[in-house]
Amino acid sequence: MSKEHDPGMTVIVKTVTRLTVGLILLYGIYIILHGHLTPGGGFAGGVIIALAFINLDLAFGGSVSARIFSKASTGVVEALGAVMFLTLALLGMKYGGFFDNFLYNDGNPGQLVSAGIIPLENIAISLKVGAGLFGIFLTLIILQKFESEKK
Amino acid sequence: MITESIIPLFVAIPLAGAFLIALLKRIKGIPDILGVLASGSMFILSILFLLKMEIAQRIIYNIGNWGGFNEVLGRIVGIQLVVDGLTIFMLLIINFVAFIVAVYSVNYMTRYTQKWQFYCLFLLMLAGMNGVLITGDLFNLFVFLEIASLASYALVAFGTEKRELEASFKYAVMGGVASLLILMGVIFLYSNTGTLNMADMAEILTGSEQPALMYLVFGLFLAGFGLKAAMVPFHAWLPDAHPSAPAPISAMLSGVLIKALGVYAIARVFFTVFGFPHQISIILMTLGAISMGVGALVALRQWDMKRLLAYSSISQIGYIMVGLGIGTPLGILGALFHLFNHSMFKSLLFLDSGAVEYAAGTRDMKEMGGLSKKLPVTSGSTLAGAMSLAGIPPFAGFWSKLIIIIALVEASHMKLAAWAVLMSIVTIAYILKVTRFAFLGALKDKYLNIKEVPLLMRISLIILALVCIFGGLLLIPEVRDTFLSPAVRVLISGMGGGV
Repeated sequence: MSKEHDPGMTVIVKTVTRLTVGLILLYGIYIILHGHLTPGGGFAGGVIIALAFINLDLAFGGSVSARIFSKASTGVVEALGAVMFLTLALLGMKYGGFFDNFLYNDGNPGQLVSAGIIPLENIAISLKVGAGLFGIFLTLIILQKFESEKK
Repeated sequence: MITESIIPLFVAIPLAGAFLIALLKRIKGIPDILGVLASGSMFILSILFLLKMEIAQRIIYNIGNWGGFNEVLGRIVGIQLVVDGLTIFMLLIINFVAFIVAVYSVNYMTRYTQKWQFYCLFLLMLAGMNGVLITGDLFNLFVFLEIASLASYALVAFGTEKRELEASFKYAVMGGVASLLILMGVIFLYSNTGTLNMADMAEILTGSEQPALMYLVFGLFLAGFGLKAAMVPFHAWLPDAHPSAPAPISAMLSGVLIKALGVYAIARVFFTVFGFPHQISIILMTLGAISMGVGALVALRQWDMKRLLAYSSISQIGYIMVGLGIGTPLGILGALFHLFNHSMFKSLLFLDSGAVEYAAGTRDMKEMGGLSKKLPVTSGSTLAGAMSLAGIPPFAGFWSKLIIIIALVEASHMKLAAWAVLMSIVTIAYILKVTRFAFLGALKDKYLNIKEVPLLMRISLIILALVCIFGGLLLIPEVRDTFLSPAVRVLISGMGGGV
């Protein structure tokens, strides 16, 4: 296939992306799950996950990641994350107050399954932030295509 | 206790409504139902609160129920929600207007596409405003203020035409500057007192000397919250933003947003935290008097109905600021009562301008004329709102202006009192222009076939008009003691403490 019909960047970028994109995704998940133990958390991890998808788009051209994760589904996932966050906060009202940490009260340093609802809240935030950021990116792409078609 | 656990719902319900709308947007009718239900339930909750509260009671709610409230080093670390008389007063106004606006929007917003986005942003804005009111933590106040502001930037641009986008951009830039100034003020205050809890802060500031830093903080907060309240040197965003937004949002922005983020925040910070120092009194009265004059005189020259109303908002905010600035119980009563009245008649007038636009398709008063024959409900309710705004007895606006002017005379600010009377005459002039050119006179041929607006819009107009007519009844002693007096008492008791 000639270079002109091949969307995206050079083969070097593509190969590197293919190798690293899984690692970036994994790193994002690590940041989210260890949000209550190490620096980072739902927001930072969500951004990293969104960047993994954006990376795919940059390397392979426009519509690769949109096939995995469409713009409509980003909206749904984003709303789901927010609803999950709010539900956890409201569940606490049954046990003692808004945002009450009703699972465990103490976090143990270094132990993954601790700190009660905080890791769950982190996951909810990561869904919201990751899907939101990726949704914004997809919207900008669509807008840019629209503009260039008009020209 | 049951009343206590309601407090976080004021933020949680609109947020849940907004996210559920985003989730269920495909199902027809869901955005309307959820939008009306969420804002309606908030209104009912605030009435419930008003009835349950005892006089001078102050309810504190600890978020998360964790160790942060056990006074680490003598300071409260966690976020507290605080509800007192002033909060209830504002909550009732805001949620009432929001409910009416939500009902109105069911019909009105069919003019636009993507109705679910409107309700989603609307509820987010409501959540932000309620959050600003109930929080007892200064940084938390900033966060909620940003939520409400960001939602309102998007709502101003909802029409996505050139004019709307330009207005929204201007508003976003100026609002961003305001938020930055407020954040800087919060940072300086935190570095000086070591706490973010407003009650703690007031306590620490009471005994201390006035460090020069405090004057910087005064300036930052005055400019920041003043920009949100659209007082005169900071008002430039308002005349563009309010006309560009869809009519229900103009009503929300002018009716309640500038009051929740601007006037309430100024009252809360300068009365409760700083204990109302003398300099602030002078500054508020000066800026208020200037706002009064500039807003009213510029409004006289406008031909766009919504733009005229937007300038009138600046002028009326001036009255509220002057009332607050006097600092006597009567002045504060007048200011808060005028705040209530302004929310009612200004949202009514903006909804009316929306109704005219819905029916006749124009906002330019030169093109209108004789619409009262075709739009009896709209013109009747406009008249009620206009009379209340102009301060004609026995409409509600008359009483609040009267109280402010009496308070000015009592505090021997004679020149200011004369100025307020003069500007209320100018108010009559510009609002008569609306009724004269839009609704009276001969009906133009092109409007022979227009119809009165749909039922839900008419209902909301009528309810607000009734409040404008009978609002003066709030001054009856029994009613005043449950609704207005507790709010006044909160501000009075905050004075004297602080810096």
